[in-house]
Amino acid sequence: MNPSALLDCLSSMSCIVTQLSTGMIVGSLLFLVAAGLTLIFGVLGIVNFAHGSFYMLGAYVALTAYRVTGSFALSIVAAGLGVGLFGLIFERFIMRRVYNADVLMQLLVCYALVLMMDDIVKIIWGAEFQSMGMPDEFQAPPLFILGGVVPVFYVYLIAAAALIAVVLWAILNHTRLGKIVRAAAQNPTMTSALGLNTGLIYAGVFAFGGALAGMAGGLAAPVRSMSPGMGFSILIESFIVTVIGGMGSVSGALVGALMIGLIRAFGTIGFPLFVEGLMFIAMALILILRPNGLLGKETRA
Amino acid sequence: MKQSSTFRSDFLWALLALAILALIPSLSSSRVLLDYVIRLAAMGIFATSLNILVGYGGLVSFGHAMFFGGGAYAFALTMQKTSAPIPLAMLVAILFCAVMGFIVGAICVRLKEIYFSFLTLAFQMLLHSVILTWTSLTGGDQGLTGGIPRTPFLGINLADHTQFYWFACVMAVACLLLIRTVLQSPFGYTLRMVRDSAERARYLGIDVWRVKLYAFILASSLAGAGGIIMALFVSGAFPDFGYWTMSGEAIFMIMMGGLNIFIGPVVGASLLLLFNDVITRSTEFHGLALGIVVLLFALGFKRGITDFVQQLFQTIKNKRDAQ
Repeated sequence: MNPSALLDCLSSMSCIVTQLSTGMIVGSLLFLVAAGLTLIFGVLGIVNFAHGSFYMLGAYVALTAYRVTGSFALSIVAAGLGVGLFGLIFERFIMRRVYNADVLMQLLVCYALVLMMDDIVKIIWGAEFQSMGMPDEFQAPPLFILGGVVPVFYVYLIAAAALIAVVLWAILNHTRLGKIVRAAAQNPTMTSALGLNTGLIYAGVFAFGGALAGMAGGLAAPVRSMSPGMGFSILIESFIVTVIGGMGSVSGALVGALMIGLIRAFGTIGFPLFVEGLMFIAMALILILRPNGLLGKETRA
Repeated sequence: MKQSSTFRSDFLWALLALAILALIPSLSSSRVLLDYVIRLAAMGIFATSLNILVGYGGLVSFGHAMFFGGGAYAFALTMQKTSAPIPLAMLVAILFCAVMGFIVGAICVRLKEIYFSFLTLAFQMLLHSVILTWTSLTGGDQGLTGGIPRTPFLGINLADHTQFYWFACVMAVACLLLIRTVLQSPFGYTLRMVRDSAERARYLGIDVWRVKLYAFILASSLAGAGGIIMALFVSGAFPDFGYWTMSGEAIFMIMMGGLNIFIGPVVGASLLLLFNDVITRSTEFHGLALGIVVLLFALGFKRGITDFVQQLFQTIKNKRDAQ
């Protein structure tokens, strides 16, 4: 516990900028994972407890793709496509069967997937910690903004996440596809009565949510070390994000993710051992003040 | 009237169970078998306590292991840091879990089902990370080592393995009898009503939140009791006790055994323990093997073993009635 260090940091512009950039990348990654989670919940009405495994898989796929092709951009595409495909298979063959079952069954199926994925990753990539290293294209001296140190890669990462967020927003709000997805979220029975294939929409949304998590894993690969089981902490964090923002709300996920990112970045200075606790306190406060989250609507029954 | 007669039959069942358990050491002196029963005692209490919430309360907690781990750590630490006798340390640990259950429950039980599952899971991860980071107290990821002093109390010496076996069996049977009695009491039926229709219960003037919270505290305390047996068994406590996989296993135990019958979770626990022992011996990929079994179960059987047995009895009875 060192609150005075936090005050010192807040009074120096360079420290604020440095921590702000850290908070922004944590928030960007969290947003991508949480957006998929909240989209799947909003449309399918289920919580994908295996979402963290998608993130983990994305990181490992990106690692292999990067080692093979040497291009970071390609490895992100590979992570997105690979995990999206994996999500599609998982949805078609397994998840689809428990849509109508109770939460307990859904929980159990996801629990099985998480257990299996951790071991499959162990078999393919090994149990030890792995790291991609900073790709060559980002090997540049860090930027100095108002005295704060910001690695070049951070800027790209934030930009990539922002780009994905804008594309996501545009698809959801300004295309026919987005309208269909929103319709399916609001009233699946009516949507299917109007002749739209809800099964296809569900599969697409699940795969897309998986792809978002996969891309987040790929983007995180240069700055985080990888190990089997890495998906679980991000699952918890992105869940906290969706609770704060309101389940089913993508813009809520953005607000929540940035909030948690900043709490993490500044919390590590003042309360290094209690960062997780800070996130929980934030979540508990919001749940008490606004039980449906900051931007959440009445939850689906 | 009915109340006391069901209690009497439950009590007789408990005595019968104890009698059978008492026979085991005389039939076989195999240490492996005794150890298995001791672990089953711990896990059986744990799984049955979770079933108070899942099966009878409709509250799918995915963080129940925080109380199992919490009880184990609280007990082991009290024994190591103070010279308290074992029963007092047990009381401390159970009270610790009850208070923790009160705090977590007060925040969580109001929430809708999926929020409830995830929030309990999140609190469990909070406790797990506290255990990992507070190294000076808990030993971090190495676990709490250094052993638990087993000073004899009331003529019981837990350093003796057979006596410890007895202790675990009596604890388990007593805890299960307690849970059974509560579930057969008016409170137990109120809990079932809240599960089936919270709205109807509310119209009848029942404070739904309070009923759920009491059930949550009861389940938490008893999970702590399971943790105590486990802590004594391994002479310490490990972060894994409070990890999410432990909660997942408990849910699987309930589902595999069947959550509609009181003894179902214990049946599930006995099978999962057996299964775990077999796969740990034959493969290092424990998660993969367990995951496949869970998946087969969830997509194939969908019901617990005791459900099948009950159905079998029902068909036989129907046939006999038809004749």
